Amino acid sequence: MGYESSVPLFWRLIKPRYQLIGNKCTTCGNTFYPPKFLCPICRKEGKLEEIKLGKTGKILTFSIVRSAPTGFEKETPYPVAIIELDDGPRLTSQIVDWKEEDLQIGRKVEACFRRIYTDGKEGIINYGLKFRPI
Amino acid sequence: MKVAIIGVGTTKFGEHWDKSLRELAIEAGTNAIIDAKVRGSEIDSIYLGNMSAGRFIGQEHVAALVSGELGLSIPAVRVEGACASGGIALRQGILSILSGQDDIVLAGGAEKMTDLMTDGATTALMGAASQEWEAYYGLTFPSLYAMIARRHMFEFGTTREQIAKVAVKNHHNGSLNPIAQFNKEITVEEVLNSTMVADPLTLLDCSPITDGAAALILCKAELAKKYTDNPVYIIGSGQASDTLALHDRRSLTTLDATVKAAQVAYKQAGINVDDIDLAEVHDCFTIAEIVATEDLGFCKKGEGGKLLDEGATELTGRIPVNTSGGLKAVGHPVGATGVKQAIEIVLQLRGEADKRQVKDAKIGLTHNVGGSGATAVVHIFSR
Ligand SMILES: [Zn+2]
Repeated sequence: MGYESSVPLFWRLIKPRYQLIGNKCTTCGNTFYPPKFLCPICRKEGKLEEIKLGKTGKILTFSIVRSAPTGFEKETPYPVAIIELDDGPRLTSQIVDWKEEDLQIGRKVEACFRRIYTDGKEGIINYGLKFRPI
Repeated sequence: MKVAIIGVGTTKFGEHWDKSLRELAIEAGTNAIIDAKVRGSEIDSIYLGNMSAGRFIGQEHVAALVSGELGLSIPAVRVEGACASGGIALRQGILSILSGQDDIVLAGGAEKMTDLMTDGATTALMGAASQEWEAYYGLTFPSLYAMIARRHMFEFGTTREQIAKVAVKNHHNGSLNPIAQFNKEITVEEVLNSTMVADPLTLLDCSPITDGAAALILCKAELAKKYTDNPVYIIGSGQASDTLALHDRRSLTTLDATVKAAQVAYKQAGINVDDIDLAEVHDCFTIAEIVATEDLGFCKKGEGGKLLDEGATELTGRIPVNTSGGLKAVGHPVGATGVKQAIEIVLQLRGEADKRQVKDAKIGLTHNVGGSGATAVVHIFSR
């Protein structure tokens, strides 16, 4: 992030970031993660309900970050991927506990709870979900 | 629709350690005003593309900074759409004239990026992506485009060598452009063997961090001949949006915003893709040019790599792309890029592009993207 942030910035997103809580629109049936505040398909006719998503999915594409942004310098090289959850939604995260052969399109992965990075002078440790090959 | 461009001006693009944003913007603006042979007092308003002066130099309110330095008390508006800020500033200038409010507008863009260290600049640029759902997990722009590249290779068999050819071509064109940050030719091997930044993309697949400014003087079409014998006209302008996060999009290998913006611009101009003589497209990373040539309709989806093998997008090819050297070789001062693209097309249509000149160029296109594709702006120009 680069700047000193206040605690609520992280606290307000704990639910979706720690537990894969997304939502589902009962009007159109679409599932969203990260959770939406408005169904982008139905808009005012939409009705969103919270759901817990399963933690397995597959890699749609990936890269390995070797030149990191502020806060991630000590982590390099780290793989990142776009993952399609078995429940439908897609998200971006890091791949952990990996070997070279795990980094391929279609590889099955599951969410695991990890430290993401430490923010600024206050040392707020940010947690979230990364994905490991299964 | 028709709005004229009667003047263009830029700074050299590169690492201007001795120049501030203020100095760069005034240099480009002054050059454009002189080129247009207008008096400063004739300008009705200013639109300035700037992505992130607040992050890069701690200065907000930069449009008023520029108008103040020019000694003008006219409306001055900063326009932000990440790396598409310049293209949107141009579009806002056009709309301002078409609305009937203004006769003459200065549409420019400026970015001062080298006052931050590299990791700070990488972080600032990441502001164009989703902070909550991409940057939080340590993503960078090279890694986002690398994931597009990986998926494009998977879906269409695009090769690493084809992707590298974008850099080779654009460095060649850049070597003929006096404002370019890089004036050196490179080879496919050099691209493949340079430092890995985000697999499979290397340092030479990435546009650099650049300081620079660019400006256009726009004018109501009916008034253009009063100022110049060779006005260039904007005959189409389209803009579209998509989700900020790449993973939320319908496709990972098509920028739907580009497709939509191009459709609007082609329709408005009353032309189809075969009428385009040359284009400046948003090659922030090599793969982005391949995706853009497909999304703009220069070839079928998935055949962007083949276009490079055939040499179709070289200076003497069927549809020259990034004759200026693109973002890759000219450099990418984010807010200025979209305006610089328009300037290259103006020079080409005026027949003033020197060694880069495309023969008989009559209709040109610019394509400017914000972030990984959440914003796209397409403009079409004619003599
Ligand atoms: Zn819905």
